[in-house]
Amino acid sequence: MDIQSLQEICEQAGQENSSFWEIIQQSDCRENGTSCEESAAALLEMYHSMKDADAQYVGAGRSASGMVGGDGQKLRAYVESGKNLAGPFVGKVMEKAVRMAESNACMGRIVAAPTAGSCGVLPAVLIAYDETYAPGEEKLVESLYVAAGIGQVISARASVSGASGGCQAEIGSASAMAAGALAYLCGGDDKTVCQAAAIALKALLGLTCDPVAGLVEVPCVKRNAVGAVNAVEAADMAMAGITSVIPPDEVIDAMGETGQDMNAKYRETGEGGLAATPTGRAITRTLK
Amino acid sequence: MHVLDIIGPVMVGPSSSHTAGAARIGYAARKLLGEDVAEVEVLLYGSFLATGRGHGTDRAIVAGLLGLRPDDGRIPHSLELAAEKNMKVTFGEAQLKNAHPNSVLLKMLGVNGAQLEVLAASVGGGVIEIREIDGLATVFSGEYPTLIVQNEDQAGHVAVVTSMLSSQNVNIADMRLYRDSRGGRAVMVIECDSEVPAYGLEWIKRQPGVLKVIYYSLL
Repeated sequence: MDIQSLQEICEQAGQENSSFWEIIQQSDCRENGTSCEESAAALLEMYHSMKDADAQYVGAGRSASGMVGGDGQKLRAYVESGKNLAGPFVGKVMEKAVRMAESNACMGRIVAAPTAGSCGVLPAVLIAYDETYAPGEEKLVESLYVAAGIGQVISARASVSGASGGCQAEIGSASAMAAGALAYLCGGDDKTVCQAAAIALKALLGLTCDPVAGLVEVPCVKRNAVGAVNAVEAADMAMAGITSVIPPDEVIDAMGETGQDMNAKYRETGEGGLAATPTGRAITRTLK
Repeated sequence: MHVLDIIGPVMVGPSSSHTAGAARIGYAARKLLGEDVAEVEVLLYGSFLATGRGHGTDRAIVAGLLGLRPDDGRIPHSLELAAEKNMKVTFGEAQLKNAHPNSVLLKMLGVNGAQLEVLAASVGGGVIEIREIDGLATVFSGEYPTLIVQNEDQAGHVAVVTSMLSSQNVNIADMRLYRDSRGGRAVMVIECDSEVPAYGLEWIKRQPGVLKVIYYSLL
């Protein structure tokens, strides 16, 4: 039986006296017929690929349309100047999310998590946390299991595709995964992890997918930063003991339902919202 | 669950369907051709045609045709690579009816003279589907070793092919039959749980009524 609910994961962990990430690891091993070590090694490789992608960014790349590129560099310079309001940690998270999303738009090598369009969110919080608090790779891999478990439940109950559920399904899902992973790294228990995911996803419900000219560039790159910062905020709230009035699985269901009701214009067709503004349309025409 | 379905794959951006899936289509098409590509017409359709340039769909398909995987950092420079290898590439628009919005028709000529037309679609999340080979419906995913036999539409061909597989202890995961008309050209698409030995393929090629044998190996 595949994983269908966050509550079930927590209950199973409680019964077996294990934890959220271990339940996900067991499921992965069962499905693939691999050992825990092999499963963890594969996930660690994904983390290394994320770090490589982050390190390879030079800021000189531009997307095929010319709309995207170089903003990660601007953000780094400003954060390093010490003048930014959000402070060093959140500044770093923002910058890394923009860098990764720009790399994706510029045909760089990235890790889809859960999708290519939202590839900046999870690495931004994990690498920033790693550089700041050095939790060790074992702990980081465990947090990746947490993120994968949350993503799996969202995928099973709702969707992680912009074409079926709008941006809430991509950036929203990535943000929920990142929030859960961060809460885990901060020492949160299974319930806190799920609360962080729920708080993050709730904040992005209803977000449409309206990319200019149908390309994974505008507004996708900047929304990666929003998803990543939102994850930090949600993890902090959950760690403070704040809970979501609507239970986490029900929040995910609400996202799925909202996505189903979303007009096709707002589901990655490039025909509504920002894509349909006079400027959006003008850009689309110049690219044809 | 498979954790790598959620965290992964490693790929060259920007789009799993328009870039990673496109690269996978090119890669599969080259395997189906069975040799290096000398000339190819890349005919795009639907969203591939409308947004393909911005997504690098053109470069991803050519990269795949050169044998590069969807995570290969050389994908953005595939057109230059193709030129270096004297692969002649032309792009155009495919005239298709009721095709999947992310479709491409590839007309290939191999370095040793093999010819093949492949129609394929990128159906989301990097997953692809081969839809037609040489104008005949031939649907499969490329996730299994796949045996494709084009034959005259006569009785007995399926028995001949499946008995060969049985004698080689190859289990069939999925099997589909198509034909253009009664007594015309028929095709069987057999997805297998393990690889089909080369001599088995050679044996089928020698059977009367068999027009073409194409094999998609995962190796």
